[in-house]
Amino acid sequence: MQLDVLYFAWVRERIGIAKEQVSTDARTVADLVKELSAREERYQVAFQDMTVVKVAVDQVLVSLETPLGRAKEVAFFPPMTGG
Amino acid sequence: MSISVQSDDFDLGAEVAALADGNGDIGAVVTFVGLVRDTTGGALLSMELEHYPGMTEQALAEIELAATKRWSLSASRVIHRYGNLKTGEQIMMVATASPHRKDAFEAAEFLMDYLKTDAPFWKKEHFKDSTKWVDSKADDDAAKDRWS
Repeated sequence: MQLDVLYFAWVRERIGIAKEQVSTDARTVADLVKELSAREERYQVAFQDMTVVKVAVDQVLVSLETPLGRAKEVAFFPPMTGG
Repeated sequence: MSISVQSDDFDLGAEVAALADGNGDIGAVVTFVGLVRDTTGGALLSMELEHYPGMTEQALAEIELAATKRWSLSASRVIHRYGNLKTGEQIMMVATASPHRKDAFEAAEFLMDYLKTDAPFWKKEHFKDSTKWVDSKADDDAAKDRWS
């Protein structure tokens, strides 16, 4: 499956890019995190503490256990600080 | 009911006037404006606001819809800016209008509490020689949870 993976704020800075296409068979968000972390150290650094990383699948906030299903877009970012 | 995510500044007075225009049913308007605050006593140069285009608009629309289901609102308006803002500049505003003040007050607080935790915005402080991402606050989650 082809996914657009987006990164924001310090997650983006640690990984070094804002967006990339990922080809993956990951079943859940957690699987995708594991797969990316195994790839290169910068992912491992960004994802080392997933309690401070939030995930959105197709622009809706989800938990790590969420199946990717037919998702097109996955985004990783820190807790929001708007307002 | 409307939301805007924009880099441009906004005019609170004009927004409130537009909100109440032609609707004789409105007896109360509550507004909140968030400003760039320097917590360091003068070292802050600017605040950079990043967001997730697409999801931001969707999240704000959902929060606004939830408020209209819960309170008797005649109108509401949410504007949130992004980009590089200087100390004292307006970051965002919420305005709620209702026949009676209680609905407008509560809905405005609800909108702010949910916006803080559910709308994908991030703040980065810029100082002369450094930058710092603003941390989220546990208080913000607690503030949101009181509505559930």
